[in-house]
Amino acid sequence: MRKLPLLNAETRPFWTGGEVGELRMHRCDDCARYFHPPAPVCRHCTSLKVTPTPVSGRGRVLTFTINHQAWTPELAEPYVVAIVELEEQEGLRFLSNVVNCPPEEIEIGMPVRVVFEQVEDVWIPLFEKAAA
Amino acid sequence: MVTRFLEKNVAIVGVGQSEVGRPSSRSAMQLTVDAALEAIADAGLDPKDVDGVCSWPGDNSNGGSFSPVGPLAVLSMLGLNCNWFSGGYEAAGPLAGVMNGAMAIASGMANNVLVFRTITESSNRLTGSKDQSLAAKSGPRDGNFMWQWCTPFNVLSVANITAMYAHSHMQKYGTTPEQLAQIALNARRNALLNPKAVMRKPMTMDDYFASKMISTPLRMFDCDVHCDASTAIVLSRKDIARDLRHPPIRIEAIGAAMNQPYLWDQVDLTGNAMPDAGNAMWARTDLKPADIDTAQLYDGFSILTMMWLEGLGLCPKGQSGAFVEGGHRIALDGELPLNTNGGQLSGGRTHGLGYVHEACTQLWGRGAERQIRDAHVAVCAAGGGPLAGSLLLVKD
Repeated sequence: MRKLPLLNAETRPFWTGGEVGELRMHRCDDCARYFHPPAPVCRHCTSLKVTPTPVSGRGRVLTFTINHQAWTPELAEPYVVAIVELEEQEGLRFLSNVVNCPPEEIEIGMPVRVVFEQVEDVWIPLFEKAAA
Repeated sequence: MVTRFLEKNVAIVGVGQSEVGRPSSRSAMQLTVDAALEAIADAGLDPKDVDGVCSWPGDNSNGGSFSPVGPLAVLSMLGLNCNWFSGGYEAAGPLAGVMNGAMAIASGMANNVLVFRTITESSNRLTGSKDQSLAAKSGPRDGNFMWQWCTPFNVLSVANITAMYAHSHMQKYGTTPEQLAQIALNARRNALLNPKAVMRKPMTMDDYFASKMISTPLRMFDCDVHCDASTAIVLSRKDIARDLRHPPIRIEAIGAAMNQPYLWDQVDLTGNAMPDAGNAMWARTDLKPADIDTAQLYDGFSILTMMWLEGLGLCPKGQSGAFVEGGHRIALDGELPLNTNGGQLSGGRTHGLGYVHEACTQLWGRGAERQIRDAHVAVCAAGGGPLAGSLLLVKD
């Protein structure tokens, strides 16, 4: 059971790219840099020419935590929250979960790849362990 | 002499605090009135002298137990005639009420400003209602600027994100859980000497390691404790302050800069916004970190106190673990007494203004059993992640 995000013109590409197996990150057409979260303007150069762009979905775990607190009754089992940096650009990162892996096997720096969990009209980008 | 930094024309002249209950049987408004009237009387002022009132975050953001009483309610209930009032969440962290009040006085909008912060998270927890400090605030879908990037991943509290900062700090700098524990142990030692502190049972290192793991590497004793309380301070223009009851505690410098996005996963993971605020504060004063006699630093989570030590330049970047090692340096008789009333970890989560109240208590020599020696300069700081603000206070 996950709380779902409100989709709008900026955020929809990120949250629905998984329908076709794509992780989409906003990228500036002028300075060619990615940025997150998605916005109608580039955070680096203020250009208004920005495009949601498919990326590899590969990255590494920048940091993580194993949550043990049942914030709601449905969250009784430990789960892993991580910040993943994508291989496309230093600093291009977002908060997610690492799944399909015993928590004790996860390390900072571990290579990961995106997997999607569909809930209603949202494809939530999660990560699993990838070959080095 | 004309100064470019106008907060220096403002001083703290009185402080007050309600009971700190876990829970309190008093209403949020009663707690607020208790604190406000105590602070105004402490200053030697009358409520009719107060012409400004403000609070962070006010009652219009998270609402509920996180901030049940705002400036409009206080203005109305105390019958204040205000030339200026303000509340709101979007500012440089929990000390923003003091910053805004000081700026109002410095700009001539008001002469004597009441700043307060009320919180009733303890009674809220006990009544079993939904914890309003958690993320799930509204509607079935999350459109909040920050939380929409957290709740879909079952991050409903910043505890998880703060835990990731701690993990990064440990990985990058070799900070140990034993060092982190010193923040909690120091807070508890000091709380034992504070009659109003919520947690008053001694804590050992073993107790710390036996406390429940919340989100690795943070344990329950790394997280602050809910309480019901209100804290208030009165700010006055410097020339008015001179004639009041206590030696004025000057606002020497404010640190409120923010050079990073307000997103908990995009800020610097081991520094957060703290260096932004710290550097801005030091740029507004001739004083140096070595001049500080006591530090009251945000301990909503223990790792944030460590990061504030670094962000304010009280120790080198990455060295807060070594700095607090053994706990002697930060103890009441150490070179930098830290969170001398037990902080929020053991004193109670008064959320921000409690640090200012305690700094003034020490600077005015009212600390009784926990009084430190020769306190003239104090630094207060609050916030974590992308929220950060600091105050440098001086009693001449």
